[in-house]
Amino acid sequence: MPTKIEKDAITGVETTGHEWDGIRELNNPLPKWWLYVFYATIVWSLGYWVLYPSIPTGKGHTDGLLAYNSREDVARDISRAREAQSAYRARIENASYTEIMDDPDLLNFAITGGRFAFAENCAACHAAGGAGQKGYPALADDDWLWGGKAEEIAFTIQHGIRSTSPDTRMGDMPRFGVDGMLTRAQINDVVEYVMGLGNRATDAAAAGRGETVFAENCASCHGEKGEGNRELGAPRLADNIWLYGASKATLVETVNGGRAGVMPTWAGRLDPVAIKQLAVYVHTLGGGEK
Amino acid sequence: MTAATLSHGGAGAGQSAGQALGTTEIAYHEAVVRHFTLATVFWGIVGFAAGLFIALQLAFPALNLGIEYFGFGRLRPLHTSAVIFAFGGNALFATSLYVVQRTCRAPLFGGEAMGAFLFWGYQIFIVLAATGYVFGITQGKEYAEPEWYVDLWLTVVWVGYLVVYVGTIMRRHEPHIYVANWFFLAMILTVAMLHIVNNLNVPVSLFGAHSYPVFAGVQGAMVQWWYGHNAVGFFLTAGFLGIMYYFVPKQAGRPVYSYRLSIIHFWALIFLYIWAGPHHLHYTSLPDWAQTLGMTFSVMLWMPSWGGMINGIMTLSGAWDKLRTDPVLRFLVTSVAFYGMSTFEGPVMSIKAVNALSHYTDWTIGHVHSGALGWVAFVTFGAVYFLVPTLWKRERLYSLRLVSVHFWISTLGIVLYITAMWISGVMQGLMWRAYDNLGFLQYSFVETVEAMHPFYVIRAMGGLLFLIGALVMAYNLVRTIRGDLRVEQPYTAVRTAVAAAR
Ligand code: HEC
Ligand code: HEC
Ligand code: HEM
Ligand code: HEM
Repeated sequence: MPTKIEKDAITGVETTGHEWDGIRELNNPLPKWWLYVFYATIVWSLGYWVLYPSIPTGKGHTDGLLAYNSREDVARDISRAREAQSAYRARIENASYTEIMDDPDLLNFAITGGRFAFAENCAACHAAGGAGQKGYPALADDDWLWGGKAEEIAFTIQHGIRSTSPDTRMGDMPRFGVDGMLTRAQINDVVEYVMGLGNRATDAAAAGRGETVFAENCASCHGEKGEGNRELGAPRLADNIWLYGASKATLVETVNGGRAGVMPTWAGRLDPVAIKQLAVYVHTLGGGEK
Repeated sequence: MTAATLSHGGAGAGQSAGQALGTTEIAYHEAVVRHFTLATVFWGIVGFAAGLFIALQLAFPALNLGIEYFGFGRLRPLHTSAVIFAFGGNALFATSLYVVQRTCRAPLFGGEAMGAFLFWGYQIFIVLAATGYVFGITQGKEYAEPEWYVDLWLTVVWVGYLVVYVGTIMRRHEPHIYVANWFFLAMILTVAMLHIVNNLNVPVSLFGAHSYPVFAGVQGAMVQWWYGHNAVGFFLTAGFLGIMYYFVPKQAGRPVYSYRLSIIHFWALIFLYIWAGPHHLHYTSLPDWAQTLGMTFSVMLWMPSWGGMINGIMTLSGAWDKLRTDPVLRFLVTSVAFYGMSTFEGPVMSIKAVNALSHYTDWTIGHVHSGALGWVAFVTFGAVYFLVPTLWKRERLYSLRLVSVHFWISTLGIVLYITAMWISGVMQGLMWRAYDNLGFLQYSFVETVEAMHPFYVIRAMGGLLFLIGALVMAYNLVRTIRGDLRVEQPYTAVRTAVAAAR
């Protein structure tokens, strides 16, 4: 199109005289405020470069007048936070569990820290507040597999259960069916007997037959009357609290295929003070033993 | 057909007037533009649906279905690529190939054959990339997930695009190159450079799908976000500004507000964008000096970005009343407003003190989607509503009322989406950094996730509305292509009716 400068009828501004597919351009100047704000951002940036590390110089970079360094900044923040807690942490480290429990101030600090560490590290398995879920024991009750004293809880956390730690807690629930130690019928009978311990037997005759099976195969670990054995982590069967579920089908599954729940070891992942705080926190959830 | 007699006025009239201006007969290549336009609509719906699905997965994790192919981790890149590269990319191809021909008064260089190669070549790229995500073949770099064999193929197609584009400009019958073409060309060139550098990988074996990147560690991260930020800056910004510069003045029937502004903000934008990438790596192992530069260049980018907004919005001066009668123009203008909003929000978020709160939170997601839904998708919808009747030589769209329905549904969807993400993002950031008086963090991560749930549900509802809007558009376009005209009250008639009632 030939160049032809016109005046726009509506705004009275001249066009540049170009036209493309019917589109023209007005020759408005740059908006003043736009230009000044643009300049202001440039000035601000130049100032920032003077104050902060900004220009690479081959081997290094300019430090800026403030000599700011984000690594030092975060290290300072962390050490300041550590500092603020250090008095409490030292007291926790040196105190026995009874001393912690008897000192309301220290107890409060331990529980607060423990609650956070629990939510962050443990709740995924043990559920919020230690309520537990299938395969992951409730920690808020007084039914303990391995022990409910603060020291015992701390040991469990420290070394885990069937974990990779050399000092891990260990105990087998054998695979009676899979390994051919019991027949299907015997498993049915012994499960009926176990259910009878909690007054839930559905077949009295089978439960009766199961008593001998139990005495011969199970009592060594679970105790004569199914009272459990904390040395082996063998759960009490005479209550109605079940780690893997209460239904007959689940019990048959357990006896048939065995069980081996894994609790990871936390030594090395959490510092000793955190583990102590966790033990106190878990102890106060409801079932702590003296 | 009584419909036809009722249909005058509104955008239809504006469009045919625009066409009448192109007096000389030039055999433009339009089949390729038609194909890319259809692909834009198709992939848009696919991409929005994928977005809705992953939004629902975040709200209801059971929707991961326990099947690896449908897990969030694999569908998320499917969404981002479907919307950016499939929806956005096809929109860029359609509009740029249309605009370059019209504003140069020259047919496409390479003709229909090259056009067909670009179209099918690009669709093959999309399908290759998408299958990779679902089957777990990925470079693990955001927005650059496709593996080396897909990258090579895209390089071939993209070089073809460059040749066609530059060739057409060289054959132009206009003395000057229109500003939209500068933006498109900057996009094509820069994306080529970004794509090649960020994908310098060595395949594990000739017949293996996987590869190792050439850059490692913090250099790798820097190259990735140099790429990532400029993918936003050139693909989703410069390219779409090209769309804006043609379709806004065209639809408004008004001259562009300021030629000088367009030159200055173009060069400032191109120069500054390239350095802003480090704002994606604040407070990481990236050296402090690079973070400083990334932040300051982002702040300086504010006004150059707004230059486009000013030129878009001020082009309407003298034609504001058209917004009432032309919902297509409403899409275009609203998109420019969203562009202005997200290019203000971006520089703010790049300031380190702000980024310390916003980084890793849903605030970023809100920022992304105010740009993506409000700017990228809206300006595309406006352009597509312009293109379809023009390309298929229809008198007007099937229904302008439905365009308006689309506009309101999707605007509501955007509002739900981004306000939910702003609130949840700021809340998330504050919860992460909340300490109690004993110096312990107040919330565990899982508690912050729990707190997000209601906002995830609201966001998904916003996404659903946005998807419904797009389906309304698809219906409207299909009817338009079939040549149907809906019997409805034209917009001008409503105004006279209201005036009569007064
Ligand atoms: C990966 C899942 C998992 C995580 C994480 C986990 N646990 Fe456990 N925990 C278990 C399992 C499984 C058991 C039961 C093992 C068994 O069957 O004897 C258990 C048992 C325990 C016990 C013994 C309960 C009893 O009745 O004697 C304590 C105490 C305990 N966990 C505390 C914790 C604490 C504190 C944390 C966080 C630091 C934690 N657990 C994290 C899986 C987990
Ligand atoms: C060698 C020791 C040992 C013997 C023998 C043994 N158990 Fe166990 N049993 C365990 C241990 C240890 C566990 C806990 C496994 C775990 O926590 O994962 C367990 C768990 C169980 C449970 C699951 C309890 C719950 O709360 O869900 C049942 C039921 C059970 N045993 C029944 C039996 C029966 C019936 C027999 C005999 C046929 C038997 N056990 C023999 C050690 C033993
Ligand atoms: C129906 C509409 C849409 C919905 C429901 C939706 C939903 C989502 C969701 C749920 C995510 C993941 C967020 C997260 O990981 O927390 C996401 C990410 C993303 N979406 Fe969308 N989206 C939609 C449309 C779009 C469009 C149109 C575009 C671009 C043009 C887009 C671009 C992106 C990008 C770039 C990301 C990655 C953001 C990041 O990593 O920070 N989305 N979207
Ligand atoms: C001046 C303009 C802009 C600046 C300075 C800017 C700045 C930023 C900043 C600081 C972030 C957050 C980085 C983080 O904390 O991880 C971000 C993220 C993002 N922005 Fe912008 N933004 C701008 C415009 C836009 C526009 C217009 C769009 C979309 C069309 C957009 C799309 C995105 C996307 C997709 C991300 C997410 C990247 C990711 O983490 O995956 N931005 N932007």
